[in-house]
Amino acid sequence: MGATHVIDRRLNGKNKSAVNRERFLKRYRQHIKKAVSDAIDKRSITDIERGESVSIPTKDIVEPTFRHGKGGKREDIHPGNKEFIAGDILPKPPSGAGSGSGQGDASDSGEGMDEFVFNISQEEFLDFMFEDLELPNLIKKQLKDTISYKYVRAGFANKGTPAKINIVRSLKGAYARRIALTGKSKNEIKQLEKKLEVLKAEPEVKDPAFSNNDLIKNLEDQIQKLKDRIKKIPWIDDFDLKFNQHIKQPVPSTSAVMFCLMDVSGSMSQMHKDIAKRFFILLYMFLRRNYKKIDVVFIRHHTSAKEVDEEEFFYSRETGGTIVSSALKLMQEVMEQRYPASDWNIYAAQASDGDNWNDDSPLCGKILSEKILPQVQYYSYIEITPHEHQMLWHEYDKLSGQFPDSFAMQQIVDTGDIYPVFRDLFQRKKA
Amino acid sequence: MSRKPISTGSEWTFELIDKYDVEISKIAKEFKLDTYPNQIEVISAEQMMDAYSSVGMPVGYHHWSFGKQFLNTSKRYKRGQMGLAYEIVINSDPCIAYLMEENTITMQALVIAHAAYGHNSFFKGNYLFKTWTDASAIIDYLLFARNYISKCEERHGLETVEKFLDSCHAIMNHGVDRYKRPPPISAEEEKNRQAKREEYQQQQVNELWRTIPLKQEEEPNGKQQRFPEEPQENLLYFIEKNAPLLEPWQREVIRIVRKIAQYFYPQRQTQVMNEGWATFWHYTILNRLYDKGLVTDGFMIEFLQSHTAVIYQPPFDSPWYSGINPYTLGFAMYQDIRRICENPTEEDKQWFPDIAGSNWLKTIHFAMENFKDESFILQFLSPKVMRDLKLFSIMDDDMENEYHITAIHDEKGYKTVRELLARQYNLSYKEPNIQVWNVDVRGDRSLTLRHIPVDRVPMGSDTEAVLKHLHRLWGFDIHLESVICEKGTKDKVVDDFHCPPHASEPLP
Repeated sequence: MGATHVIDRRLNGKNKSAVNRERFLKRYRQHIKKAVSDAIDKRSITDIERGESVSIPTKDIVEPTFRHGKGGKREDIHPGNKEFIAGDILPKPPSGAGSGSGQGDASDSGEGMDEFVFNISQEEFLDFMFEDLELPNLIKKQLKDTISYKYVRAGFANKGTPAKINIVRSLKGAYARRIALTGKSKNEIKQLEKKLEVLKAEPEVKDPAFSNNDLIKNLEDQIQKLKDRIKKIPWIDDFDLKFNQHIKQPVPSTSAVMFCLMDVSGSMSQMHKDIAKRFFILLYMFLRRNYKKIDVVFIRHHTSAKEVDEEEFFYSRETGGTIVSSALKLMQEVMEQRYPASDWNIYAAQASDGDNWNDDSPLCGKILSEKILPQVQYYSYIEITPHEHQMLWHEYDKLSGQFPDSFAMQQIVDTGDIYPVFRDLFQRKKA
Repeated sequence: MSRKPISTGSEWTFELIDKYDVEISKIAKEFKLDTYPNQIEVISAEQMMDAYSSVGMPVGYHHWSFGKQFLNTSKRYKRGQMGLAYEIVINSDPCIAYLMEENTITMQALVIAHAAYGHNSFFKGNYLFKTWTDASAIIDYLLFARNYISKCEERHGLETVEKFLDSCHAIMNHGVDRYKRPPPISAEEEKNRQAKREEYQQQQVNELWRTIPLKQEEEPNGKQQRFPEEPQENLLYFIEKNAPLLEPWQREVIRIVRKIAQYFYPQRQTQVMNEGWATFWHYTILNRLYDKGLVTDGFMIEFLQSHTAVIYQPPFDSPWYSGINPYTLGFAMYQDIRRICENPTEEDKQWFPDIAGSNWLKTIHFAMENFKDESFILQFLSPKVMRDLKLFSIMDDDMENEYHITAIHDEKGYKTVRELLARQYNLSYKEPNIQVWNVDVRGDRSLTLRHIPVDRVPMGSDTEAVLKHLHRLWGFDIHLESVICEKGTKDKVVDDFHCPPHASEPLP
């Protein structure tokens, strides 16, 4: 034989198409961005663990070639005739209805799909999301590392790299081994030496027939033999080597709670809420990186505050005036009842368009500075408005001087502005 | 007879693949299958998807359209809408066949017989492949192409090259010589001559577009000479050689696309024959293995099950119907040729006097070597196969309100059905017939193409988009006219397309 050659290629790279795939994504980035943006609106803010399916209208993606169009005269062969005979005449289905018998150019015009659908991975999903937010690369990377690990010492191992040899342990081991292996011989030597001493102490006899010289010689030989044996035991052996062992451990593994506060009064439009949502997602991702367990509490308010689920938080509409302090009071209550600061790392993000009932603003400042800010890790306030600041902003402005470490505020006009708030946050955490 | 099967389980190992290959190759030799040496590569499902999306090129240049293909394949595979093909085989020397690691040993044996001996011998024996492709050079050429294109990308930018490739792909199917024999392609030569060619080509083009016209170009009767003198069917070739504004690297890229189109051209014309041949041989070879006692009953049952699935032809009114299954038709025809040779009926003697009762092996090799789908069907489609598949023809004329059944599988209809089916596999019937008609050399340099409709079938809705691509390649206005030429009458333009579109188009 010999003409055939069988090769195992399974271990060769499997991502031969990666480049082409990437080029495809690049070409259709507008479509994908839109799909990602739509998905963010639909998803829960804690739901960021998966990719997304993207669909692109077939007409945008088709590669045109010269083909036949509809019309003209065609005569085609088909299989599976049952009752037809030559000369039969069949009515045509009304135009527009799909032709059941596979007539015409059904095979010419593609697969009859309206949409080209494909999936992007979670990583790609986040990439597209971050693109809007103008995050620097370093931060993007930090956010995407779902779990961070650190190496901790975990005892000793018999195998390892030379760099990790634990000298003390290894020598201890060697010493113990030497003792174990030489103990018996040493004892024997001791006894023999005792005998030797006794013999040597005896008075010398001239008569060689009664002399101890032979015995002494014999003992000395034995001792020498044992000493040689001890010498042959290696001072250190492969067997003695001990290495420091390290294992990966996820860090840290404490819990955090995230309060989302949002104004839902009539002046907050859906656009405001979308920006707020992105902000909340980002905060959530940041927390997820650092904490194993995260609870999220949604509090919305107009003139009164209420704890709600996510759906209601983002999508129900309310009208009426605004009293921000109601939300802060509720938050404080929830903290006291369910999330004591001793057990939880508390984060809060408040989004608003800046409207507040003027007399309420000083009260907000008071609650924050006295009750809330001393307890929380971080409190961020974003004001989504292109307009002049109002009372609430100025009141909060005073706080940022008092609590530079745990309070940040920022005005946001569009999604690109979200990041600066986070820059503060990340810089602080890195220190 | 005592059975000594090669294997009894369903797991495969490399030793078993070797053993099966040895036995299969012995049988292939019995049947005089002449093949290139085989290179069988075991790959994983993901790798199979990669191979899929590079449209059968083991080494491909990078382009987004392959990415699209890949996404589509992997999505459909993951959803279970399609199984991956058990094999992909490359027309190269040595002939590369991919086996998936998920296959059972039965499937591996089937694939070896199908691809490594069936397709392989077809590639080596069929006249179209002999004429159009050079199996020993293709891998090197593809490698050259990939390196060249990535060099272009470095130099001229990704997007520029990508757009240019888009345009070439749009007329790829009209980038082959249908009648002329092409020179063989070889990577070695390509590299050596490429630099020289660039220079030379530019000179040639300059010659054509010299701005000072020479006097003798006016013909004696005062009529201006047409360029090209004869209509040209190979659009890519024509553009490569004559487009006025292209840079040398662009001409080289066109050439690459053209060469690859040419490499695949025989495969597009021999689908039924090629798949039928491979299917016929895996069927025949594995049955022979069984007769020799080398495989178990369980092996045969598993094999027959997938064989039956492969050659299943849904009837026209089934929801799964999507045209005639080339495996079914091809397999049925080769089987029937063998039957006609071995056990001819009266009917066969009447229809196939030359082959009825002849040596089947010789006849079947002759049929494989000297035909393409169209002529193969015209020559060998027997009444029995038409009856078995219950073939019939429907006429759909947009000027009438009904469909007409024009012929069925009966005495009166056999000839018609056969001719119509053969025509269906004729590429110049399947695709619009478009030729380069004229270049306005001394005027606005516009390029005029002619479409000659068959049975009044018009151009499809993509046409305008393709013209845009042509415009990018040619650099000046493009016109496309659908023209009916009848003897005795003046050519009549029934439809026309322009890029850029004519603003003052008369309302219909």
